Amino acid sequence: MDIVNLSAAELAAAIKAKKLSSKEATSAFLKRIAETDGTVKSFLSVNASALKEAEQRDSELASGKSGPLYGVPVAIKDNMCLAGSKTTCASKILEDFTAPYDATVIEKLKAQGVVFLGKCNMDEFAMGSSTENSAFHTTTNPWDSSRIPGGSSGGSAAAVASRQAPLALGSDTGGSIRQPAACCGIVGLKPTYGRVSRYGLVAFASSLDQIGPFARTTEDCALLMNAVSGYDPKDSTSINRDSADHTAGLKDGVKGLRIGLPSEYFEKDPSAEGVKSVLEAAKVFEKLGAKIEKVSLPHTDYCLAVYYIIATAEASSNLARYDGVHYGFRDKDAKNLRDMYNKTRAKGFGSEVKRRIMLGTYVLSAGYYDAYYLKAQKVRTLIKRDFENVFKNFDLILTPTTPTPAFKIGEKVSDPIQMYLSDIFTISVNLAGVPGVSVPCGFSAGGLPLGLQLIGKPFEEAAMLRAAYSYEQSTDWHKRTAPVK
Amino acid sequence: MITRKEVEHVAKLAQLEFSEAEKEMLTKQLGDILQFVEKLGELNTDGVEPTYSVVPVSNVMREDIAKPSFTQEQALANAPEKDMGFFKIPKIME
Repeated sequence: MDIVNLSAAELAAAIKAKKLSSKEATSAFLKRIAETDGTVKSFLSVNASALKEAEQRDSELASGKSGPLYGVPVAIKDNMCLAGSKTTCASKILEDFTAPYDATVIEKLKAQGVVFLGKCNMDEFAMGSSTENSAFHTTTNPWDSSRIPGGSSGGSAAAVASRQAPLALGSDTGGSIRQPAACCGIVGLKPTYGRVSRYGLVAFASSLDQIGPFARTTEDCALLMNAVSGYDPKDSTSINRDSADHTAGLKDGVKGLRIGLPSEYFEKDPSAEGVKSVLEAAKVFEKLGAKIEKVSLPHTDYCLAVYYIIATAEASSNLARYDGVHYGFRDKDAKNLRDMYNKTRAKGFGSEVKRRIMLGTYVLSAGYYDAYYLKAQKVRTLIKRDFENVFKNFDLILTPTTPTPAFKIGEKVSDPIQMYLSDIFTISVNLAGVPGVSVPCGFSAGGLPLGLQLIGKPFEEAAMLRAAYSYEQSTDWHKRTAPVK
Repeated sequence: MITRKEVEHVAKLAQLEFSEAEKEMLTKQLGDILQFVEKLGELNTDGVEPTYSVVPVSNVMREDIAKPSFTQEQALANAPEKDMGFFKIPKIME
């Protein structure tokens, strides 16, 4: 059995049928990590008791327990608390922090019987589009090790693409799941804001952050969505409504579905590879019976500016807690309390994090609040209305996930704005709070994966996944596997 | 757009400190970013309500019932410095 190439659904079925034990599956993925992580560098820590946990799952299975992902291994982005494990956020300031409790998503996954493989690399505090902002190392793209895997959840995406894990969780504040999914040629979904609990996710920009799944197939993505979503009283922005079965209706097809193509995403650079491949994908959807029409999201051009005000403002407030007192790094040489705060934060945070704290503090400071922060929140309303208007007549919106495939390591590190532009097609989704999924839709001339983005109405992830599944079944992009050399 | 003096002031507000070279770079980079976001000024937002959160909930309340929480030991487990069950900090006054 070629274990590491099986989908999570296939693994779960084999484990349930006793053709494979959770321990065998887990050890195959651990072996794959040992063989390939010297190059890919997806993980910040590998769970030393993964095999023991798998044995435990096997005995539970023998005693009659079961579930759609029972015994299946999963990798976790290192900004989610897993009790007893390091949760570093790829930051020096949390280098020695051991989570004292489980995030709600972890608690849910434990109840579903998954096995944790380890914690994945990311841009420090999820700020970045390449994992180059990790304080520890840069993850490489499994298709080309001279390139970035995307970010900020680059470690999670690379782990799944290189078959080190069948599934992974990431988090997405401005594209941090969808952009790396596109760069690595896999499926990545950002749920509707409020669908998945943020309890135990280290906060970056609280009004935008959502946890979501990475998988190699749409079906696996739906299974992991089922496992982690739902109301949580511990997160006051979590929405109390019936939880949907994301796998139901997956195979119902797209006949009659109305899909809008927003001109603003296609006209700026129509020759970009990411754009062209999505126009081809639109033809596939049309052939499958969907109705494709041009639409407009008129405030698209303002999204990036709004994002970099709101996200940094919220980050500057959220990251005020890292003061060297209760947990995390402390600079021991400081003379007094204030000096300790300053030196701890100056030495503990990396340069991108400090840049964003500075920008966020500035836009919230006296005299600038109205001009920047309040203005951005008002424009956010206009951006949200753009989506509401389109969704009056359409079921889904189709765009490229990124304008270009994965760029070279080092290419954009010295120019923050160029780096920020990597997220130009994904940011609006977070601002509007709607769900979005990136699905493989081709390869660049240089053999790098490209992704399309489907955007859905709030809480209609199932419709989005249904369209993604139809497309996936009529193409074979997802069947190509990253070479990982 | 943003002066070096303002960068120093904001650094103080944010409890951060920078070298002279870092201050110079930040003055330029923050200036570039602020110039980039200036484009929001093109839009008329008179009468538009701000969207602080996309979810239609606010002031979520719960019953004031004690639930299991950390022990003192757990709460202090990650402390950089502790003493007799307290978080220890450097002296506040000279």
